[in-house]
Amino acid sequence: MTGVRTSAAGARITARGWGWRHASRRAPAVQGLDLTIEPGERVLLLGRSGAGKSTLIQALAGVLGGDEEGDATGELLIDGHPPQSARGEAGLVLQDPDSQVVLARVGDDVAFACENLGVPRDEIWRRVPAALAEVGLDLPLDHPTSQLSGGQKQRLALAGVVAMRPRLLLLDEPTANLDPAGVVEVRDAVAGTLQTSGATLVVIEHRVSVWLDVVDRVIVLDPAGGLLADGSPRDVLTSAGAQLAAAGVWVPGFPPARPLRGARTAGEPLLAATGLAVGRTEFARRRPTVVSSGIDVELAAGESLAIVGENGAGKSTLALTLAGLLAPAGGTLEALPGLARGLGSLPYRWRSKQLLTRTGMVFQDPEHQFLTGSVRAELEVGPRALGEDLDRVDELLERLHLGHLANANPFTLSGGEKRRLSVATALATRPQVLLLDEPTFGQDSLTWQELVALLAELVDAGTALVSVTHDREFVDTLADRIVVLEGLSSEGRVPV
Amino acid sequence: MHSTITAPKPAVRRNYRWRVVDIVVASVIGVASGVIFWAWGLAWTPLSGLLAFAPGLGGLLAGGWLFAGVLGGLIIRKPGAALYTEIIAAVVSMLVGTQWGFSTLIWGVIEGLGAELVFAAFLYANWRLGVALLAGAGAGVAVAILDTNFTDYAALDFGVKAVYFVSAVVSGVVIAGFLSWLAARGLARSGALSRFASGRTAAPRV
Amino acid sequence: MSLIVPDIRPSAVARINPVAKMLAAILLAIALLLSIDWVSAAVALGLEALLLPFAGLSARQFWLRTATLWVAAPLAALTTVLYGKDSGALLARLGPITITDGSLDLGLAIGLRILAIGLPGIVLFATTDPTDLADGLGQVLRLPARFVLGGLAGLRLVGLFIEDWRFLALARRARGVGDSNPIARIARQGFSLLVLSVRRGSKLATAMEAKGFGSERERTWARPSVFGAKEWRFIVIAIAIPTAAIVAAALAGTWKFVLS
Repeated sequence: MTGVRTSAAGARITARGWGWRHASRRAPAVQGLDLTIEPGERVLLLGRSGAGKSTLIQALAGVLGGDEEGDATGELLIDGHPPQSARGEAGLVLQDPDSQVVLARVGDDVAFACENLGVPRDEIWRRVPAALAEVGLDLPLDHPTSQLSGGQKQRLALAGVVAMRPRLLLLDEPTANLDPAGVVEVRDAVAGTLQTSGATLVVIEHRVSVWLDVVDRVIVLDPAGGLLADGSPRDVLTSAGAQLAAAGVWVPGFPPARPLRGARTAGEPLLAATGLAVGRTEFARRRPTVVSSGIDVELAAGESLAIVGENGAGKSTLALTLAGLLAPAGGTLEALPGLARGLGSLPYRWRSKQLLTRTGMVFQDPEHQFLTGSVRAELEVGPRALGEDLDRVDELLERLHLGHLANANPFTLSGGEKRRLSVATALATRPQVLLLDEPTFGQDSLTWQELVALLAELVDAGTALVSVTHDREFVDTLADRIVVLEGLSSEGRVPV
Repeated sequence: MHSTITAPKPAVRRNYRWRVVDIVVASVIGVASGVIFWAWGLAWTPLSGLLAFAPGLGGLLAGGWLFAGVLGGLIIRKPGAALYTEIIAAVVSMLVGTQWGFSTLIWGVIEGLGAELVFAAFLYANWRLGVALLAGAGAGVAVAILDTNFTDYAALDFGVKAVYFVSAVVSGVVIAGFLSWLAARGLARSGALSRFASGRTAAPRV
Repeated sequence: MSLIVPDIRPSAVARINPVAKMLAAILLAIALLLSIDWVSAAVALGLEALLLPFAGLSARQFWLRTATLWVAAPLAALTTVLYGKDSGALLARLGPITITDGSLDLGLAIGLRILAIGLPGIVLFATTDPTDLADGLGQVLRLPARFVLGGLAGLRLVGLFIEDWRFLALARRARGVGDSNPIARIARQGFSLLVLSVRRGSKLATAMEAKGFGSERERTWARPSVFGAKEWRFIVIAIAIPTAAIVAAALAGTWKFVLS
């Protein structure tokens, strides 16, 4: 393909008996796929984990890797030619906002795709502002990309793709790691682009309701090969809705099961914060930059607290401070005798081992906390540090359905499994306070159910729970009280 | 690809052209190693001061600047990987600031060649522990030749130079060879290398 | 300010094409490496100091970045004075330590040389944006775009993760292993950083390929990299400094070719 595309119409996709096997696996990821997608159609691709959705999307984008990385069977064509030779006709947006930013300035990152396609320089700098406007990213061209929020980064990736004027738009769970506001931003940006360009859309997403108004066709892949369902959204959801919900897809009309809660009374008080200000200290600076102040919080055993607020309001920083990992930037945070049990009342001063039985922090990205080479060893880290024996580990493995993965490397687990593992490692030392940062980000409905049930059990048994979350359903199900952070001002406490 | 395959066969095809993922990951390893080189350079002055009583033993510290090439070669497994990674690491450490300034780059090229030549001698087909150790030794020999002829060590007498030579090679084998092999193995186990041949030497999962 | 990616302030030097700066640093270094004597090193250092204000570095940035040199140079000088090649009058002796006229000269030369060679490289790098350097390498020197931009992407990734270093330390503290001895801790944390960087690098490579990177197609450059009069003037200065230094040393009779 030479020259620059000026018109953009949709691309036509045909698959005949197509399959792909990754070189590192024995079983094929996709097999026996027969499919035709007409130009301009908007398709939602569903299926349980392992059905090969991402593989298909990557193949359509032409990035599946050549002979080195696996074997292909059958035929997959975009407008009659194989995807590899059509790189640049298909735009791909992936799930992780941080792994798609190529260059350090916003304008440069958007221009990157155009440069690769040989677009002349002046044309590039006409397309870049137009693409940024189309996705609603109103930032100067030399704004640093490292200072963007997750939603902004996803829109930046979309802008880079839009500037390519692709005829096929491929989205692999683009809103999975975003807060609700970010999800809407990205969805609206995509809908707007499709209006102007008429490109074909193929999107993978757990949460069906987000894309229901944008797509006109739903395709469900069968892990055993071929298609489970194919048709208009209403038809597919009626016929296969229950099956999809059982596979973990968030189907509207099939809400996840909520656990039954017993009657509870609050136990002894554990933490008290008065006029607390939280912030982080930048590299090579002496004083911390305060992100939120005037916070008054009390936490007792058996209580569940939800911390909500906008991006940048300091929710994660507050959680880290309550967990004793960051020093308070002002005000006081006192660990009451029920928690301190003989130590000083400042959690920040406790030693790492002393934190283990008192507070357990589960980070937003589970990978940041993995230390060892096997799931079992991960669970043993905490008890070993305390010199305890390791019986709890087997119990935890069973409880969190990780038994069959006991010897697998933590990084090779699926998203939901990694999340369960990170929660399990915090539980291995039975902390009195469990803190979770965005525990339900990007989770399918099955994992969500399991996690919520587990947490409900813990709270009923007396653990104090603090969750930083955007997830409305999570808050409704689990939280006793909510703390709303509003950035550099005092919070409001709204009892549920 | 339009062929039909009945049973999966092991991927023995070897492609010597660098893919984008090869370049990016080699650069990541090079840059990360470069930062470690810089930190090692900071630690070198006090450490070599400690060894000053036996001047030749300074060679034991040489391995700290040699591992980038071996690690890059073991992971990328393509011609030029060891050289590229070592050069990137040298450039990054030089730019962040070392006392040896520009000569860091020259040393990096020769050290990278030392490892690269060993991998080439095995036709880029053997990546096991023995070859990794030999590559580390190769880099050690390279740096030993450079240091004993072109730096202050050139002024010392033969016995000291010989001690330096041997200790540099030993350092290369242990730090650049063995530790790199361990790091590559750890990376492969974590699944970070799933797009590389080096990540697939274990038996395939289901 | 991050370790790898500098905060650039606008200045005369910052505006010069990074390729010119790189070539200047290389020429300077090669010329000064040819001899170990204190006259050439001192002259070069003096001339460089005169040009320093044009770089626009803040005092804090300058001292922080060149700190390693200011520590290493005196230490290396001292080591040479005590253990280096001896010549001339003997001034002191204590066991293996001998201090002579010759070793004093040599020590001074080594110390000044480290500064004269190291400073320009660091200062020029601190005024260079890596993206501009990549543009220069690809357009001016015509190095293969795949390697230049792939390298740039790798550099950026590691830079971001180094900023995450403290975050990784927090994560370890939360897991109960934050108290162990520093060397083991740094080694393990460094390995985690490597794993995370490689994983993210693989994903980034996929994203780059999806944007058409790495194909045979001829690529255009959005940001022009120009090598013009101002760059040639800079190269001339970069040649003039070591020339002056060498001439001065030759006149003073102290120039000594390093391979002799």
